[in-house]
Amino acid sequence: MKWLTDIGTVLALILGLIVWIMLPWFLVLAIALIVAIWLFAARSGRLSLAAARIGIASLPQRWGASSVIVVGIAGVVGVLVAMLAMGEGFQATLNNTGSDDTAIILRGGSQAETNSVITRDQVPLITSLPGIARGGDGKPLMSPELSQVINLPMKSSGTDANAQVRGVGDAAWAVRGNMRIVEGRKFAPGLRELVVGQGAQHQFRGLEVGKTLRLANQDWTIVGKFATGDAHDSELWSDAETLASTYRRTAFQSITVRLDGKSGLKQLKAAIDADPSLKLDVQTTHDYYSKQSGNLTKVINVLGTVIGAIMAIGAVFGALNTMYAAVAGRAREIATMRAIGFRGLPVVVAVMLETMLLALVGGVLGAAIAWAIFNGYTVSTLSQNFSQLVFQFKVSPALLWSGLKWALGIGLVGGLFPALRAARLPVTEALRAA
Amino acid sequence: MKYLSLVWAALFRSKTRTSLTLLSVVAAFLLFGMLDSVRVAFNSGSGVDGANRLIVASRLSITQSLPISLLPQIESVKGVRKVAYAMWFGGIYKDPKNFFPNFSVSDNYFDIFTDFEVPPEQLKAFHENRTGAIVGEGLAKKFGWKIGDTIPLQATIFPRNGSNDWPLQVSAIFRAKDRKNAGAEMQLMMHWKYFDESNDYIKSKVSWYTVQMDSPNDAVRVAKAIDAISANSDHETKSETESAFQQSFAKQFADVGLIVTAIMGAVFFTLLLLTGNTMAQAVRERIPELAILKTIGFRDGTVLMLVMTESVLLIVLGGLIGLGLAAVIMPGVAAASGGVIQLPNVPGQTWVVGLILMIVIGIVVGLLPALRAQRLKIVDALAGR
Repeated sequence: MKWLTDIGTVLALILGLIVWIMLPWFLVLAIALIVAIWLFAARSGRLSLAAARIGIASLPQRWGASSVIVVGIAGVVGVLVAMLAMGEGFQATLNNTGSDDTAIILRGGSQAETNSVITRDQVPLITSLPGIARGGDGKPLMSPELSQVINLPMKSSGTDANAQVRGVGDAAWAVRGNMRIVEGRKFAPGLRELVVGQGAQHQFRGLEVGKTLRLANQDWTIVGKFATGDAHDSELWSDAETLASTYRRTAFQSITVRLDGKSGLKQLKAAIDADPSLKLDVQTTHDYYSKQSGNLTKVINVLGTVIGAIMAIGAVFGALNTMYAAVAGRAREIATMRAIGFRGLPVVVAVMLETMLLALVGGVLGAAIAWAIFNGYTVSTLSQNFSQLVFQFKVSPALLWSGLKWALGIGLVGGLFPALRAARLPVTEALRAA
Repeated sequence: MKYLSLVWAALFRSKTRTSLTLLSVVAAFLLFGMLDSVRVAFNSGSGVDGANRLIVASRLSITQSLPISLLPQIESVKGVRKVAYAMWFGGIYKDPKNFFPNFSVSDNYFDIFTDFEVPPEQLKAFHENRTGAIVGEGLAKKFGWKIGDTIPLQATIFPRNGSNDWPLQVSAIFRAKDRKNAGAEMQLMMHWKYFDESNDYIKSKVSWYTVQMDSPNDAVRVAKAIDAISANSDHETKSETESAFQQSFAKQFADVGLIVTAIMGAVFFTLLLLTGNTMAQAVRERIPELAILKTIGFRDGTVLMLVMTESVLLIVLGGLIGLGLAAVIMPGVAAASGGVIQLPNVPGQTWVVGLILMIVIGIVVGLLPALRAQRLKIVDALAGR
């Protein structure tokens, strides 16, 4: 009979945990409210609260054992939040890149800038297309660009990694509204000058303003540093024509244009489709960069969840151990409470509340550590363009929240069985023992 | 050794506590086994066969191609046995999500990559079919390709007559000799000659040369001699061993070593506390028993060793189960996914490091309780003071 209820409890627990992790915040809040009302309003609730107070009051005596729960859960939540923050940061960087007002034109079917080729004779054809915004001088706001991957030593390891040099047209600054020079000045067209993104400067050696860089056996001067707060921060920018002649590149790779109003994209797309000599794909830059984040973010999220889940299982056993020991240690006390009239439910709830409290402390601790160490932590990875993409960990409130939910979930499992044992303790035997 | 049964009995004195602690240890080492195997796989290149191969690629960047005219010059370097070359193609099959490496290769490619085996008649068929392709067994399985099938590969970089269509016939299927290297089967190769003649953009270029040397000990000298050929030209090369090349490429994705170390640091710190608590409890409960042991003549040192052995045994037992589980789960998941998810086996290195960790953690955890047991005064302990 007893083991039947146990199996039932385990099944209910697994189901409950799955629902719990999926639960939106307002339902969690509602559950918390109901529990609180029950605790303060109902008679059995008040009894539970009283029983819990006794248990919690004796916590300091057992603090060594209790810290196992706190530290164990802090570890799980810390690792989980940090891993997910990495995925979130990567996704955020790419999602913030580009906007719906600008569009990128690539060769049909090429998917990424690295693969695309736009020949020089196509550029004047595109200039005259409708849907492209025009600047004050009446010229279309478009920037034919090419990107060149170069090897630069990483600051962290000293080994070579791929960096992306983007050659841009004169209108590039006007096309992208969010470019800010934070140090030095813009490069001058026709000269071998570079401006570097703040992310690239952070990740690679020798990119300080004023230094020279050897590209294809020619000296280039770094004249400025820019900040965009998105994927372009990982790049180095220079004049497209100068870069093209340095690397003997005859064609461009992409054209970024500022769209003329809301219907700009539609007009541009229609015009390109109508011209059989232009086999090109056009999409907003926001769409283009958002698409790149998909796979890696998914991998990081799955990995983080699997690692977190294995750690959580370990922590559950730790919590079970501690709470069983706590119940065994307080057997007499609990038996006394039962003898003077506390029923099963308040005893169960009291042990559960105690565990959940410890779990909550662990969860908050872990989330706080993850936030303190990793929020804004800068790393880089190889992007779709075969070059390093610098991004920052992003410990968002949503992640902290799900970390806390995991903590409470572990506390729930770790507390339930010891609580049931406490409620089933044979009163007379426990009173007589030791 | 003669006390083993005593230690064993002491360990399982409280079954609930020991088994719960054991399960925590199992979880920790399961994680260690999986993460460390991934780290080792990520940081190590190809196996023994790769040791006497050099990759010669552009010094400027991986995306820069090299002229085919370098071939005779590289071949004439002393110590070079054979040279193969390849050109990245970057085609997609149906959907960009179905990513797999595909490139065009020279005719002698599979003479150099001796770690792949191809049935000779299939290899012959591949050589005879201009638009033929050779695919790895894993890749063929994933997409259900059979010999003779036509693959509608779509170019992303190199169009052919203005169109992105590059239909190829599967002429041969290769297999990695070493099953640990099964990930290398997710590749497709086509003829470089066909690619070079048919694509619209690029002529007489290769992405990298693979050089087979007479002896792996010669790698540094040969690499220098090859790089000297193109020094100060616009196509300078960088030659390195295949494993060094793969490692530097892998490192660009992420510093897996650092991530694994950070996670395992958190896990083992928690584990120390957890098992330390268990051992402290175990000794506290058994004080009268330990005192009796001493009364009947066990020396202080022996009691210390007993407790220490108990703690090491606890961790080693859990650790071995955990690593064993990792060794079963990882190939299992890889097999169940049909080669879609590539997971490495637990390498010997991980077992050794894991075993050392188990013993060290066992000793650290056992130290304080063991010292306490050693210092017990019989009279006080028996009196319950």
